Amino acid sequence: MSKKVRVALYWMASCGGCEEAQVDAITDELSVIDYLDIVFWPVAMDFKKEDVEKLPDQSIDVALINGGVRLSEHVEMAKLLRRKSKIVIAYGSCSSWGGIPGLANLYQKEEILSRVYSEVPTVAEEGRRPQRKYVTEEGVELELPEFLPMLLPLNAVIEVDYYIPGCPPSPETTLKALKTLLSGETPPRGSVLGASSRALCEECPLNKTKPDKVLVKEIKRVYNAKIDPEKCLLIQGIPCLGPVTRGGCEALCPRVAMPCIGCYGPLDRHIDYGGKALSFIASIIDARSEDEIKKIIDTGIPDPAGLVYKFTLPASRFRMNLRKWGGSR
Amino acid sequence: MTEEYEPKILMIACNWCSYAAVDLAGTSRMRSPHNIRIIRVMCSGRVDPQMVLEAFVNGADGVIVAGCRLGDCHYIEGNYKTLRRMALLKKLLEQLGVEPERFRLEWISAADAKKYVEVANDMVEKLKKLGPLRISFEEISKLIEEVKHIE
Repeated sequence: MSKKVRVALYWMASCGGCEEAQVDAITDELSVIDYLDIVFWPVAMDFKKEDVEKLPDQSIDVALINGGVRLSEHVEMAKLLRRKSKIVIAYGSCSSWGGIPGLANLYQKEEILSRVYSEVPTVAEEGRRPQRKYVTEEGVELELPEFLPMLLPLNAVIEVDYYIPGCPPSPETTLKALKTLLSGETPPRGSVLGASSRALCEECPLNKTKPDKVLVKEIKRVYNAKIDPEKCLLIQGIPCLGPVTRGGCEALCPRVAMPCIGCYGPLDRHIDYGGKALSFIASIIDARSEDEIKKIIDTGIPDPAGLVYKFTLPASRFRMNLRKWGGSR
Repeated sequence: MTEEYEPKILMIACNWCSYAAVDLAGTSRMRSPHNIRIIRVMCSGRVDPQMVLEAFVNGADGVIVAGCRLGDCHYIEGNYKTLRRMALLKKLLEQLGVEPERFRLEWISAADAKKYVEVANDMVEKLKKLGPLRISFEEISKLIEEVKHIE
């Protein structure tokens, strides 16, 4: 750890939680900052795109990019950072697989725009939409980025070297990943850094109360269920995704009686996280007739896509809804 | 295009009942549509929803999952698991924009070659009416390729 590592941090379609997580991680262990030389960080420091363009290619050691790709601007910046950086890391669930904003892929572009600019009750001027090009009174031409037809994970538009999962990644995950990189280790391309390679249940304190076979007569929803914080959530009928989700967060949610919602994403062997999660959740239903099963599903899982694809829809095999779609940008 | 649209249908059939029924249909020289491609698995309980998703992505217009009749499973409980999984998968597929006609779960006993032929004919007929998926996965890949080339 002798030379300083040149780091760029960028955000795309994200909430800002990843930046908070990065600040948390660094303030948890201030010594890390001594090894970092931040060259680009739009959320906190005044650098512009031009500043990055001026840097020689491959001169940034690590670029940490969070958020999904939703605008043409994101594609431009991702490609620019790829050119300038030796290592590009998808930081957080959105960048890795689309994240919660990726659930917008259940709707098509036109539906989203119409909802936001015409249908919601707070619309100021009915039907008025942002224009790609706008000329101000002074005659200055301004251009807005394009709203893409779907949200994509970072690896759909550029090569990604590593992934740091989580929504947001816990400070421990972030520090572990940074330390791996600072130590000069080079894990194989595509590796997930800072997290476990085993399912979340393995590190969950409630795991000792989980029987070999979980079967429940009712799937409950968190908002109205009475949850015993000392018992495995699955045996209480709460759809916890621990068994199919990568560990590494120290079971932050189940520890406080909230089910795992899958933010650390799939394990290495999964083809489609949602498909696997769905398979698991359905298998705990203790019913043998079609009607009974349907009733349990309809009351407990009104929105299967929202449950099993909460963080991974844009990286799933389908990537998006196939319903009425124009087929062009 | 003058050629009639021929849907591709994947049937994932269990070794003990539904696959035997398909076999019987063949040896009994019953006429069945050529649109069905079959993958044999040991038990329908082995069918992971990921397989069904994968089938659609790889060009299937429809998927049939077939097992022994409830209560007749060679492994006793297997097809009850299938029933639960496929019920939830059905709901998910609808949310993903796949019409309900494209996916079905059938219980076909080893002696019931007739039922296999009926199911196959019915599925082909329905899918011919429905046409191909409203958006193909090639279109999605093409779109991503376009997005990738934004400068």
